[in-house]
Order: sequence, then C-alpha cells, then structure tokens
Amino acid sequence: MSLLVKKVLGIGTAVIVVGVLIGLYVASWATSFPETVAASGSATTTGVSTRLTLQTVAAVGAKYSPAHPDWVSYLVQSHGKWIHSTDYKVPANSDVQITVLQYDGDSGLRNPFLSQVQGTVGATETIDGKTVNAINPEEASHTFAVPEMGILVPLPGVAEEAKNQCEFAPCTMAEAHRTITFTIHTHNKGRYHWQCFVPCAAGFLTGGGGPMQTLGYMDGYLEVV
Amino acid sequence: MAEPNHARRFTVLWVVASLIATPLVIVLLGPILPPGNGSQQASGHVTDNTVLLAMATPVLLLVVIYLIYAIIVFRQPKGGVLEGPAVRGNQRLQTWWIVVTSILVLSLAVYGTVRLEEDGAGSGGGPSPVVVPSGKKLKVQVIAQQWEFTYRFPEYGGVEVPHLELPVNQMVELHVTSLDVIHSFWAYQLGVKADANPNVDNVVYVKPTHEQTFEVRCAELCGIWHGAMFDHGHVVSQEAFNTWIAEQQTKYAAATKALPPYSKTYLPEPTRRAE
Amino acid sequence: MSTTIESHSQPAPVRRPLLRRLVGFNLLTAVLLGVAGYYLGWFIGHQVSSGKSFKFISATDENDVALLLAYLFGVVGFLIGLGFANYPVSRLLGKPASLREKEDEGIGRYFGLCTDHKVVGMQYLVGIGLFFFIAGLNAMLIRTELLHSTPTTIAPNQYLSLVGMHGAMMMGVMTSGVLGPFANYFVPIMIGARRMAFPRIEALTFWLLMAAGFILTSTIFFGGFPTGWTGYEPLNDQAVMGMDSYIVFFALVGISMCLLGLNMIATIITMRAPGLTWSRLPIFVWSVLATSVLMVLAAPMLIATLAMAALDRTISTSFFMPGGGGSPYLFENLFWFFGHPEVYILALPGFGIVLELLPVFTRKPLWGYRLAVSGMLGVALLSFFVWQHHLFVSGINADLRPFYMLSTEIISIPTGFIFLCVMGTLWKARSSFTVPMLFCLGWTFNFLIGGLSGVFLSDTPSDTDTHGSFFVMAHFHYTIMGGLIFTFFAAIYYWVPKMTGLRFNERLAKAHFWLMFVAFNSTFMPLFVLGMKGMPRRVSSYAPNLHGLNVWVSISAFVLGFSMLIFLFNAVYSLIVVRLPAAANPWRSKSLEWQVPTPVPVNNFEQIPVIDSDPYDYGTPLGIGGTEPATAGA
Repeated sequence: MSLLVKKVLGIGTAVIVVGVLIGLYVASWATSFPETVAASGSATTTGVSTRLTLQTVAAVGAKYSPAHPDWVSYLVQSHGKWIHSTDYKVPANSDVQITVLQYDGDSGLRNPFLSQVQGTVGATETIDGKTVNAINPEEASHTFAVPEMGILVPLPGVAEEAKNQCEFAPCTMAEAHRTITFTIHTHNKGRYHWQCFVPCAAGFLTGGGGPMQTLGYMDGYLEVV
Repeated sequence: MAEPNHARRFTVLWVVASLIATPLVIVLLGPILPPGNGSQQASGHVTDNTVLLAMATPVLLLVVIYLIYAIIVFRQPKGGVLEGPAVRGNQRLQTWWIVVTSILVLSLAVYGTVRLEEDGAGSGGGPSPVVVPSGKKLKVQVIAQQWEFTYRFPEYGGVEVPHLELPVNQMVELHVTSLDVIHSFWAYQLGVKADANPNVDNVVYVKPTHEQTFEVRCAELCGIWHGAMFDHGHVVSQEAFNTWIAEQQTKYAAATKALPPYSKTYLPEPTRRAE
Repeated sequence: MSTTIESHSQPAPVRRPLLRRLVGFNLLTAVLLGVAGYYLGWFIGHQVSSGKSFKFISATDENDVALLLAYLFGVVGFLIGLGFANYPVSRLLGKPASLREKEDEGIGRYFGLCTDHKVVGMQYLVGIGLFFFIAGLNAMLIRTELLHSTPTTIAPNQYLSLVGMHGAMMMGVMTSGVLGPFANYFVPIMIGARRMAFPRIEALTFWLLMAAGFILTSTIFFGGFPTGWTGYEPLNDQAVMGMDSYIVFFALVGISMCLLGLNMIATIITMRAPGLTWSRLPIFVWSVLATSVLMVLAAPMLIATLAMAALDRTISTSFFMPGGGGSPYLFENLFWFFGHPEVYILALPGFGIVLELLPVFTRKPLWGYRLAVSGMLGVALLSFFVWQHHLFVSGINADLRPFYMLSTEIISIPTGFIFLCVMGTLWKARSSFTVPMLFCLGWTFNFLIGGLSGVFLSDTPSDTDTHGSFFVMAHFHYTIMGGLIFTFFAAIYYWVPKMTGLRFNERLAKAHFWLMFVAFNSTFMPLFVLGMKGMPRRVSSYAPNLHGLNVWVSISAFVLGFSMLIFLFNAVYSLIVVRLPAAANPWRSKSLEWQVPTPVPVNNFEQIPVIDSDPYDYGTPLGIGGTEPATAGA
C-alpha cells in the first residue's frame, strides 16, 4: 500500500472513530427521559397509601435547569427532596392520592371546558381544604391531565397580589401557594402520558411552546406498574 | 428460425393477465378495501379505491410484464457484443399512447370530481363547502387543541364533551376548528378527514350507516403528543344518543357554564406571545 | 461522433511547505472564521435583542435573534475563510481577473474552493454521501422506535426531531443529489465545453450545502424541531431554538439550489460545442436543464417563505399567526408552491439518468427522443400547477379542488412518456445486465409503483383517507428513494470508472443492488397497507393491530441499511484499498464524456470537438436478427 493509501486509511479510521462517538452521543440524546420517581407508599389519614407530591413553579431556576432557568415546571418530591422530573411510577389497580403545591400564578384556560374536574375519584378536587368539582377558568394556572385515563384536574393559581411569592424552585411551604389534593384510581398497567392544558409557557406563541412541549417541565409520563 | 412476433406475444400475455387480474382485484380486494363501510362517505371511498385499483391493475401489469419479458427475451448472449436494431421511435405508437393515457387520466379526473361533488367525500371543504346535503343535519363542532379533541354540540346547549358519540343514519355536519396550531381530525372508519386550522371553520359532512366504534386520530403534526392524540368514538342508535347527550349535559353542566357562546371559530387568549 | 482529442499530461503539482499550506484561504481557516463569525453573530444578536420589544426572550430563554445571526455570520465567516470573497475584493482593488482557483494543487484542492468543475463534482459526491448516510442513520433510529406500538426507546420530542432531520436532510441534500456530483462533473464534458459558465458559483453551491448540512445537525444542541421537514406554522413559531437551525438550513439549501440551477442553465444554453444543436443534446443534459429551470423558479419561494417564518419568530410579525391577522394557510400554500416543484427536481434527474444509460446497455438508440424531452419539459411546466393537492383536506376553497385534481392527474401524462421511452428502448434490445443497468430497471419498477400510488393520492375522495398517513410516505419513498436514489447509485456505478479510473468489485455491487432492491420493496410496500389501515405520519404510537406489520417494516429497513454498508465497504475497498483499474470505456459508451482520457485533463479537451450527431448512434439498421427497418428520428 502506498503512502497515500495509508494516509487515507488512517484518516478514514479517525473519521469512523469520531463518527461512532458522535453516534453514541446522538443515541444518548435521543433516549434521554427524565428520571422516574416512584410514588411513596406511606400510610395517611385518608387511608390511601400511595401518594405523589408535586410542586409547580413559575420559573424552575438555574439550579435545576441551567439551560432554561425561566421555564415553568413541575417538580416531584422524593424522599423529602424536590426532583426535577415528570416521570412518575404508580401501582396498578389502586388509588393514588396526588398533592400539588401550586406556587405559580394564573394564566387562564384556553378551553374553559377543562375547568371541570374529570376522572378523579368523585370527580372532585380539594383546594386549600375546600372540595369543588370545577374552578373559575380564568384562575387556572396549570392542569394535571392524563387524557388516556380520562383524568383532568385544573389547578388554580396563586393570586397576583399575594405576598411572598416563590421566584425559583425549590419553593418552601412558607411562600405563597395553594394546596390541591385529588385521588385517582389506576387500572391497567402501561405508560400514559400526562400534560398541562393551560397555556402557561410565558413568551411562546399562544403560551404553548417551550416547557409545554418538553418532558420534565409541563409534560411527563405516568408509569402504571 | 424466424423471429417470433414479440409484439403479438407480449400483447396476448398482457391482455390475458389483465382480463384475469382485474376482475379478481375488483371482486376479491374491492370488498375489503379500506376504510370500510362505516358511513356513506367511507363506502364512497371504497368504491373509488376499487375503481382506481381496477384502472391501475392493467397499467401495472403492462409495465411489469413488459419488463420481465424484455429482461428474459431481449438479452445480450453471454460474452456477446451484438448491437440492437437502430429504431428511434414509432410515431403511431407514440400518438396512441398519448391519446390513451390522456383519456384514462382525464376520465379519472372527471370521475373523481363527480364523486367529490356527490357527497363531499368526507374531506374538509372549508367554511362554505360546495356540496351541502339536504335534510336535517346534526351539527357537531370538533375542537382540536394541543393535544386533545373535544366536541361541542350547539344544538344541545353548547355542551362540550371529551368523547364523540353520533346517532346512526343521521347526516352529521362537522365543524372542525383548532384553538392553537394545525391539527387534523381523522375519523378512520367514517372516512372523514378535515384539517383543524386556527380561526378557520372547516366543514365536512358524514352519515354513519351502522353502529360501530370508530378511531379518531390526529393526522397533522402538532407537537410532542401528536401521536398520542387519538380517541375512540361510537355510533349508537338514536335513542341511545339522546340518552347519552342528556347525560353529558348534566355531567358537564359546570363546564358548559364557563364556556364562551358557541361560535364557528375561537381565538382564545393568548393569541400571540403569552406574557 | 467525430472528435479529435489527444491525451494531455498535467505538470506534477507543487507541494508547498506545511505551514504555508495551513495558513491561507482553506478549509481550516474557513472553520476558524466560521466559529468566530458564530460567536460574533451571537454577541450582536444579544445586543440587538435587549430592547423592549424582545421582552419575551427573558421569559423563554430562547434567543432566536442571536441564533439566527450567529448562524448567518458563521456561514459568512466560513465562506470568507474558504476564499469566496477574494475575487470580488481583488477586483474592487483593481487587481487583474483570475479565472482559476487551486486547479493545480494536489489532493488539497478537494478540500477548498476549486473552480475545476470535476473537483466540485467529486466534492459533491462525497459531501452528499456523508449527509445521505447521516439521514439514513436517523431513519434507522426512527424504525427502531416504531418496533413498538407505544413510545418506548426514544423520547417524543427527540423522535420528532429525528423525523424532521431525516426528512429535511434528505430533501435538502438529495435535491442536488444528481445535479451536484454528476451534472457538475459531466455536463461541460457532454456539451463539449472546458468549464461551467460560473465556476466560482459552482464551488459556492457546494460549500453552502455543506454549511447547511452541518447547521441542520446542530439542531440537537438547541432542542431539535417538532415540525417535520415541512415546517408548518403556527407550530413552527411555537418551537424552541432548534427550529432556527431548520430555517437557516433550508434557506441555505434554497440559495445553493437556485445558484446551481442558474449555472447549469447558463452553461447549457451558451457553452455548447459547435454542431451541438438542441436535438443532439444528450437526454441527461435535457433533464438537467428542466431540473435547473425548476430550481431557479421554485427555490426563491422557499427562501422568501423561510424569511417570513424567521421574522415571525424574531420580531413578532404576523405573516402566519391568526392572532395577529395572518394565516397558517399562507405558509402551507407558499411552502407547497416550492414543495411540489421540489419533488420534481428530485424526479427529473432520475428520468435523465435512466434514459441516458439505457441506450448504452441495450445497444440501441434512445427510443422516442423528442417524446422524452417533451415529457420532461411537460412535467417541469405542470409541476407549478399542482401544489394544492397537498391541501385537499385542509379546508381550502372547495371549488379549487377539482382543478387541482385535474392538473395532478394530467401531470401523469408526460410522466408516462418517459415510461414509453424506457420500454421502447428495451424493445428487441441486446441488454447486458450490468450493475448500472440493474439499478435503471429497479427504477422502472419502483417509479411505476410510486407513480400509480400518486394517482390514488390525486383523487380527492381517495386522498381523504390517505393524506397524512403512511400511504403518502410509501408513495414518496417509492418515487424519491426508489426513483432518485436508485438512479443515484446507477450513476455512481456507471461514472465512477470515468471519474477515478477505478472500478467497483462486481460481486459486491450486485449484492448491493439485489439486497437493496428486495429490502427496499419489503420496507415500503407494507407502508401502503399501514396507511390504508389508518396509521398517521410522524407518530411513535400506533394501533396495536398494526404492530406486526411495523416490525416487518423495521427489520426490512435494517436490512436496507445494511445494503448501504455493503456499498460503502465496496467503495472503500475497491477505490481506496485495492484500486482495481477500470478499462478506458468499460461500457463501450458512445457518449462524449467517454471519449476523453482518464483522468480527465483540467481543460477537458485539447481541442473543442465539433458534434455531428446525438450520442445514441448504437444499433445497426436491421439489428442482428431484427426485422424492423430503422424509422426516421422520433
């Protein structure tokens, strides 16, 4: 083999090695999901043993998301700490009590039909202790909706004039928030997607871009196992 | 040995194959062609597809049989360097080809137009469709949003429901619109597809002809959960529908109160960039 | 053909010292200046977008202004680094004109701005091959995800970005897939010219395409884009920064296409050798001319549309936003006004290659030359009148639909001419089934299926079921991949012996063809069924009853990908490692490009030839064993 051929083969091998590395990078990018957080199984006064505690914030902050610190996001509590993930694992054929600590202000529902609670046990939600079956659509801040399971829970927001509003995640109980609880009943195993239906993505067209279309912020998976 | 008459041989092969295959296609494939007979429009599609398939079969056979014939018969013998006949064209054949293909194609265009103007063919016809069936029509609005379809019945107090049920043998006037980006309402078994454009009222007519479950899918890429934007609808008897819609009106009374009045299009806030 | 050509030996290239070679206007400088331009644009973008009207940027953390400017400055820096500004600047400063760049250097001329059209052709071949390969890998990832009926492996946004990248890269890069490598290399030789009309522009189109491809792949660093290759509004406007990569990519591709077409038209019209009348022009050159006209007329539409989309995304204009008085319909119509001629840009070169190669391997003249030319020109003209067939169900004015149904049906008439010419050329032929011939026959079958499925899609009632479904996917993969890509490989196997003086390993090449043909049909034929059974496009979850068919398709797709690896291995093995020499004219072609020596001299011809007939002087009047007398020209 001449010198030229050796050079070309050498360059070719280098190109292949770089290509494989790039390919591995792309593959890992393509398959990156938020980490799965399992609902906790501790007993509560309501008798529902499986609990999931979520938090919504107006801006997730640079600590949890260096790339998008101003994006609105859900967080989930796991072993006392707040994790920036929207992938939840719950058991099949059981009741799951979900508590959402709402730290974000209202944006208003695009489709006011979604202001009525659907698919939860009793078709109700409890907001700061008061049980209702619908909210004022203008007050909606987010929704927790699992369309494949028919679940839709509108979540009202913190009033605009409220004092001590939370700026960046994680938010503490001392800051202004609303506590919303509801219970869902899971049936078959599967991986169901959930999303927010309120156009809460500030700065994006119709409030529907960015975090509204990104896993880990306003969309996620409910893994029923 | 005299050269066999390739033209005659090939023509015989092709005509015989077409005469066998075309009726087979019509009789065997026709009845099972999608999308099935769930509605008047869907049955129309089955007929159209059968006609198109029947016209495509001889064309397909013409070229494929010719190719196989040419590959088998018109070969260079092994190791040969022979030349073929220096024929550069045949005016008659070209003229015939132009005439026949033009007739075929134009008749398909006419046929398609006739079928389209007959019943709208289940395709979205815009705010003022050309073909409007006579008689009573049940108005249903399909609201597409990121990422769910909801349905609104203006004739029943403007109630909005998450799953669609329709009465059988009743002409339905679907008004498809979107609240945000372009979606597309595709009810497969009913043979209906209409794009949902924001601020546009896309009207399509469909008459389901028997009770069934139909699949609704979004057919225009609309973002992350486009693939998950599917649903099942039902066609039920008129009585079952009446019971169902009354139930829905009670069930969703709270939501109906919050809804804006029924309108052909909605442009809810925020319309531009949400602050 | 009467030509007088002597072999012309080139002087040995002078090797300058390494440092002198590294410093100067070359690829290394281009990359450095490109990166510098990127950061400069980013900085300027941030300064510009700090005003009141850009308040939303602080909420979205997405600075489209900065990214767009960064890309544009980066591309300008890249082009300056390659040396594209040298000629205009030197002329402004009063220096004398220089027609050539780097034509005497050694292998270095392949990595920079070279005005030799043969070098640009080789650059295109490798560059397009690279992006074709990348887009193909995306397709493999897509098919991996579709092995399951629910989303499992690939996250939904990344899946949409892969779908978009695959589509955009293929459409953007393969539009120049035949014109880039083969028209650039062979059109001047086929028409008896020494060079193209605008050699620097020719080189520019290549490097623009490379910059564009690189920009598209960089979308994954900015969140990808969710719209697929069609970039529909308003989803386009909602998308994160990765959408800007798509916009810049396609705009650069549009500019590249427009300039490429312009160059071809100017060359073919003005630089033909004496005696080369229009009726003696090789059919491949006719197809290049028809394609170029489409490129020049349709690409600017794309560039304008993308500019409007970029304005909507950055300074909040409302071309396409209903909330501000605009309309998403406008985007759909503008895009498809470009998009439909675009797919004929993809199809026409395929016609040209098949009709050019068939006479060589059937040892007969091209049958129906005038019919073929009118077919190509007819397709080119009609392609501007059919675009609304992409919008049949979108709620356009229903009165328009019969017209577009008619025009779309009519366009199949000139397409049918091409088939008649293919069949006529095969009639009583003496066919040798070399690898290029096999690919041409494969084209005939594939494009037939693709074309017939197009008839279904042009019928509005039938289109109601199949629009936006996998049926459409099958249709365009049959016409574009089964059509253009098969002829792309035919052209490679046919012309690489001329371009390099080396030949491919015959057995590997035949294995490549057969595996590709079988796997291709096995992959895309079931997609017709999937579409008819209700599977929409661009989804990663589908009805469970379609699972088995999808698994079959995915496995076939992996086999198809493997066949490409066979080709790659053959290319590396035969052309780089073993380097088997090819005969001077292995196909015994009478076309002008095979009459010049290999390697083709820098100036192509010692003396410009005088042409006295078309290149299809095959066959004997009666043929061996034939009974038909030769009829006068068609």
